Amino acid sequence: MSKHLNLTLHVWRQKNATCDGKFVEYPAENISPDMSFLEMLDIVNEGLIRKGEDPITFDHDCREGICGTCSMVINGRPHGPKERTTTCQLHMRSFKDGESITLEPWRAEAFPVLKDLMVDRGALDRIIAAGGFVSVPTGSAQDANALPIPKENAELAMDAAACIGCGACVAACPNASAMLFLSAKVSQLSLLPQGQPERYTRVRDMVAQMDAEEFGTCTNHGECEIACPKGIKMENIARMNRDFIKASLTYRPAVAGGGGAG
Amino acid sequence: MSVAEQSIAGAEARGHGFMASSVGRKVVMAGTGIILFGFVTVHMIGNTQAYMGAETFNAYAKFLHSMLHGGGIWIFRAVLLAATGLHIWSAVTLTLDNRAARPVGYRAQQNVASTWASRTMRWSGVILAAFIVYHLMHLTIGNAHPNFDHANPYANFVNGFKVPAAAGFYIVAQLCLGLHMWHGVWSVTQTLGLSHPRYDSLRRNFATGLTVLVVGVNITYPLAVLTGFIR
Repeated sequence: MSKHLNLTLHVWRQKNATCDGKFVEYPAENISPDMSFLEMLDIVNEGLIRKGEDPITFDHDCREGICGTCSMVINGRPHGPKERTTTCQLHMRSFKDGESITLEPWRAEAFPVLKDLMVDRGALDRIIAAGGFVSVPTGSAQDANALPIPKENAELAMDAAACIGCGACVAACPNASAMLFLSAKVSQLSLLPQGQPERYTRVRDMVAQMDAEEFGTCTNHGECEIACPKGIKMENIARMNRDFIKASLTYRPAVAGGGGAG
Repeated sequence: MSVAEQSIAGAEARGHGFMASSVGRKVVMAGTGIILFGFVTVHMIGNTQAYMGAETFNAYAKFLHSMLHGGGIWIFRAVLLAATGLHIWSAVTLTLDNRAARPVGYRAQQNVASTWASRTMRWSGVILAAFIVYHLMHLTIGNAHPNFDHANPYANFVNGFKVPAAAGFYIVAQLCLGLHMWHGVWSVTQTLGLSHPRYDSLRRNFATGLTVLVVGVNITYPLAVLTGFIR
């Protein structure tokens, strides 16, 4: 039987979006190494509730690593020290007895803190709404293989589509840039035939929205790639840049009355 | 949060042109970066003639000033000035945007993938800008040189580097150039989308190789004068 852990948490507490926040120290005692990180916080919160204090607010939903809701920066790394692991899938066996753990929210102008460790990631949704979709009728499914797709492209698109939109790339980036997120959302469509009709308007529109949301810009540090719990590659950023350059060189400004065929 | 952030609109509706966009300005930085590291490479190769004696070196300087009936050097200078200006403009505006994007930092930020070179690009860039001004005053205009002679670039080169403080600044600047180029050359390939798994190690190696070559050879010039190898 493994030994239970006693830890010290330094947690960012912030009452609401307008208040100033500060770090508060909490003991986390008698923690099983088999617990997930969120279960450990549940135990700490139960203690706080029992004492009549305000529990620590943090985002969480599926707790099986696929929804992208859990966030928080653990000892300076989004989703904690383990690669390709979301906070909910991180286990307390990754920590040593007596360790101090600093918990902070995602830090970005585009992600305002709502309370404690919970931030508003609506900016990412608005980037998707600006162009991260295909405008095709979704009638009945057509015959399998009616659209030939190279296996490699299908795999690369699937790899990009693994992005769960958690925002760890933004949190890890020294510039709070959303380029890894954006490039995954651009790539998953630009690699497939269904994404081609809107390929070059999509990338310009999504970059325009990203800039309007006041995310930073990529300086090729590579922190995002390491922090990403789904292993999204920086190759996607290069692909997105390629599409953006082509789109900027070739787009036709809309003309009033548009088109000639009508 | 401003209203613009809450609303959803495309590039056309926002009037968000290439030069205003973050990726567009990064492309400007990459494009001008190619001109600048292309220049320092050619500059390094040309200066190897310092090892061939005063006659060869001065003839090379004369050639540079007389090519295209004396217009060639001004074309070079105009292109370099424009490239440097655009490079600095994109760097400053992008840096300000990046600072604004993270107004509150982390207490315990851990850097895992970034390098010292990538994190100090802004500092190495500022030192290089100061060095370029000094370098022009030192060996082109001559007003920061102890005994400048427009007719004898070789003597200017030797006498200039005999001052240990001047030679030291050149060496420090070259080390900054090394940091800046190593991350910059690789970044160019990423920003321009020149990425493919087959060539990923090649573009890292290209950045390392070019940096070591340019900085390595450039540093030998002040050292060769200080040690008396070039007299």
